[in-house]
Amino acid sequence: MTTHPPTDLRLPNYPRAGRGVHPPLDSPGYRSTELRAPHQPLVLLPQRLTEITGPLLGPERVTAADADLTRQHPGEPLGERIIVTGRVLDSDGRPIPDTLLEVWQANAAGRYHHKVDQHPAPLDPNFSGVGRAVTDSAGRYRFITIKPGSYPWGNHYNAWRPAHIHFSMFGRAFTQRLVTQMYFPDDPLFPYDPIFNSIPDEKARQRLISKFSIDLTEPDWALAYTWDIVLRGTGQTPFEAQDGAR
Amino acid sequence: MSEGLTPSQTVGPFLGMGLPWPDGPYVVAEGTPGAITISGRLFDGAGDPVPDGLIETWQADPAGRFDHPDDPRGAPAGGTRFRAFGRCPTAEDGSYRIITLRPGALPSPDGGPEAPHLDVSVLARGLLDRVVTRIYFADQAAANAADPVLASIADEARRATLIAAAEPGDGDSYRFDIRLQGAGETVFFDV
Repeated sequence: MTTHPPTDLRLPNYPRAGRGVHPPLDSPGYRSTELRAPHQPLVLLPQRLTEITGPLLGPERVTAADADLTRQHPGEPLGERIIVTGRVLDSDGRPIPDTLLEVWQANAAGRYHHKVDQHPAPLDPNFSGVGRAVTDSAGRYRFITIKPGSYPWGNHYNAWRPAHIHFSMFGRAFTQRLVTQMYFPDDPLFPYDPIFNSIPDEKARQRLISKFSIDLTEPDWALAYTWDIVLRGTGQTPFEAQDGAR
Repeated sequence: MSEGLTPSQTVGPFLGMGLPWPDGPYVVAEGTPGAITISGRLFDGAGDPVPDGLIETWQADPAGRFDHPDDPRGAPAGGTRFRAFGRCPTAEDGSYRIITLRPGALPSPDGGPEAPHLDVSVLARGLLDRVVTRIYFADQAAANAADPVLASIADEARRATLIAAAEPGDGDSYRFDIRLQGAGETVFFDV
């Protein structure tokens, strides 16, 4: 690769999400935003070297056992064993290989293995609820876990979170960093959850709901859910990217 | 193009289960020649510490290079890889600490060189999306004065929220507090 002088720095650009995709930081229905959402408008940061690069975290952060949350203890955890699988892509449809995913979740009873969680539901000594995986060359990931339970929280009277798994992704650029939550189909709590409903666009909201897959379900063993994660792209087709800036 | 993007959701109160790493704050090992410490506290709009947050940093190496295929200048010289990424959960008193190397200045395609800086993501319960800020260094006054990002913030008091102060003493320690809201609110960026 040749070294370009500074005046010839041609960098990819990651267009911003359209309106309604991400929740507004100030979302009064979710009470904890009240003292934490900035009041000043965000300042536009043109994307330069620090933004279009990012940590390329992969296999060195993960062991094969990290993707199976049912085998981290001597015994099997209680609950419904499930497979959660899908791909990490960018919005141009390009898979993102070798990228780190981190997940954490409640157990089958809706209790997190965390000192702050005081919900009077049992902890499971055989379930920590923490996993990691790295996507393969086609951007695929696969976790084996237990379907998390719903749980109450203090946001408002009779508030319950729909069952969810927290997902953290890096992609390959600082602009692509995303932490979100994956939900399960047909959860009766969706209409009442201010976190899920903080996403203004109905179609965008639906993209956080995994799909049940009979094809990927393993007979006599585990139900499967699929969920693809789409991070920001550069707005170029793979062909243009090859042919273009570099 | 934003078609099909996955929306963001909060990390919630239990992020401490899944995101911190034992070696997260150590971008380089303590005692590494040239290592600096950046520490500070995360506050909410009432001025109270935020104990359930996570600070992540990303930066160039001391020569201003990134070990990344999209840096058109090519791979950095030298052998050992610099992780360049730090992450530290906030403690009960809202405090965090990152041990790293000083980032170098960067060429930019559309203006003057960028002064040494780190990009920062702040994640917390109550934040439905990360918020992004930058850490610059008070002892880089000349470079800061020429920095295009700092120059884009007209209000001097707001600009000052992006500058880490040198702590008295060894010259290798900096303080950078982050105020999510209200008096002294840190500048956050739309990236």
